[in-house]
Amino acid sequence: MSYIKDSIAHLIGQKIPRPSKQEQSAEVQAIYAGKKGKLSKADVEAVRHAHKSTFLSKWQKRRWATLILVNLLFVASFYFDVQLVEGALTGARVMGFHFADLNAALQVVLAYKHIVLNLVIGIVTVFLMWLLLGGRTFCSWVCPYHLLSEWAEYLHLWLVKKRLIKNHTFNRKVRIVFYLVFALLALLTGYTVFETISPTGILSRALIYGPGLALVWVGLLLLFEIFYSRRAWCRYVCPIGVTYGAVGLLSPVRVKYNAEACHHEGDCRKVCLVPHVLELTIRSGARDVNQDVSSDCTRCGMCVDVCPTDSLTYEVKGLSKMLK
Amino acid sequence: MSDKQQPVKRNKRPMTPKRKEQSRREFLRSSVLAAGMIGVSMLGYVPVLQGTSLRLRPPGALKAPDDEQQFYASCIKCGQCVQVCPVEAIKLADLLDGFGIGVPYIDAREQACDFSCDGLQCVLACPTGALTHDLDYPADTRMGFARLARPKACLAMQGKGFKGQARGADYKGLLRYEEIDRWNPIRVSEHPYDLEICDLCVRQCPIEIRITQCEAAESEKTDQPVARVAQQMGNACPPEHAITLEPLDQGDGVVRMKPVVQEGCVGCGVCEMICPVESAAIVVDLDKNADTVKES
Repeated sequence: MSYIKDSIAHLIGQKIPRPSKQEQSAEVQAIYAGKKGKLSKADVEAVRHAHKSTFLSKWQKRRWATLILVNLLFVASFYFDVQLVEGALTGARVMGFHFADLNAALQVVLAYKHIVLNLVIGIVTVFLMWLLLGGRTFCSWVCPYHLLSEWAEYLHLWLVKKRLIKNHTFNRKVRIVFYLVFALLALLTGYTVFETISPTGILSRALIYGPGLALVWVGLLLLFEIFYSRRAWCRYVCPIGVTYGAVGLLSPVRVKYNAEACHHEGDCRKVCLVPHVLELTIRSGARDVNQDVSSDCTRCGMCVDVCPTDSLTYEVKGLSKMLK
Repeated sequence: MSDKQQPVKRNKRPMTPKRKEQSRREFLRSSVLAAGMIGVSMLGYVPVLQGTSLRLRPPGALKAPDDEQQFYASCIKCGQCVQVCPVEAIKLADLLDGFGIGVPYIDAREQACDFSCDGLQCVLACPTGALTHDLDYPADTRMGFARLARPKACLAMQGKGFKGQARGADYKGLLRYEEIDRWNPIRVSEHPYDLEICDLCVRQCPIEIRITQCEAAESEKTDQPVARVAQQMGNACPPEHAITLEPLDQGDGVVRMKPVVQEGCVGCGVCEMICPVESAAIVVDLDKNADTVKES
């Protein structure tokens, strides 16, 4: 239950307070106590030095390959007219079977106020698929904007390092405000307002049906992220992330944190798209020796790659042994 | 409850003035971001209110001629209709259509819907019912309505014939010519005409072609029962004519003909596409123009 509670808090932008001593298990308290004063500043630096770069690391390579392959499947299917994956990311037919993006479908249902059977089939199929695969896994493993945004992020971080720009954060609660406002706008205006600015839909259609003026909007978003605020769209705006985050509440695919070997130096939080989900890696931040990262996590695996002690690993609840 | 109280207490440390200022700025920034993004997305209303996003839509689109709200709302912007169209008549609207972004439309002059799929494939492909499944046959739709917009430019009205490629050698548009290939549309440029008097808008009208086929099948039926194309293809006989060529006498001895749009016109746009005059003498309106019908 605490996993669902934490996840909902993260999805609506609330900060989860550090657990009190009463909330922590005796085992994890013993681990934290044993670590006190164990690492000097020099030690932490040495640990940090030992960290691998996450650029083209194991999970990033697999993830980028998957993302590109999925989007190419759409493109190739239309280009060669093989009818394997028809449509775009907002709605598709995979070998004849209906798939509907949950957020696009939600917008349509709210705006249109009717629902046809094919859409119900598409929604249920995609819901079950992401329930099995981790919910926000869609964001980092499929969404084409995520990939562009990741590349923009490297540029952003380089500019920050050179002290040419400063990163500006927003209040994370603004995302749930966007979610509610876009839902309300669809309901009240009768138009799928969010789809007008959704870079996911725009990019997917541009890839499949050819580029258009809408790419200028995607370009502006990227510029905003490069020069003003790191990963702003995915972190503070995108309702698609909230929708899939909600699906992930019940998903068995998660990232698991083990406090035992963790140095708490925080490099995982530095590479993370949604670093608030990794606040449990701060010393005395976890309730238990093993704790799952909340469902706002996109399961991108950057923290898994960067962690030198394997304190963060992928797990499939009930299958985790088989994954190793 | 006491469990929950403790961490709250710990956080109640008073904020330093600097931290306070930072948090105030973050709140301001976030408010501006929210207002900005929602503002930008609502700009999509502008083309809708101005009516500039009104377009010729694929068959079965849930819309009134001057109000496309239902169509935009129900369309999931996936383009499956684009993918199944054999003549690639359907395109997706771009950013300038505002809320209509990603919604399918047809530019008839460039490539009209000639129903060469017979079964309304786009309607069948639509996952949300934005192209309504209530349609069974091409004749059931009303995408728009043709109108002889420039009667003086019409070759038939001038009593002129037409020879050559209807839209020039470079024109990429496709049409199905059943006598050449029942299954694959070919380029209009590969099918030159030689006509004593130009009747392209009537000759290529999919509804008129279908009526001719039905009549032929009907007359053959008296001799022996044949497998009717209509039954095989699920492409029933249209109940009404869409366009006819009627003689026009101006008393100067020239044989003139006038294309007259009839009640059965579905607005597919083939007449606008094939019209060899630049720009087309006959166009498809989104609304039915009463004058066109009454004139005859």
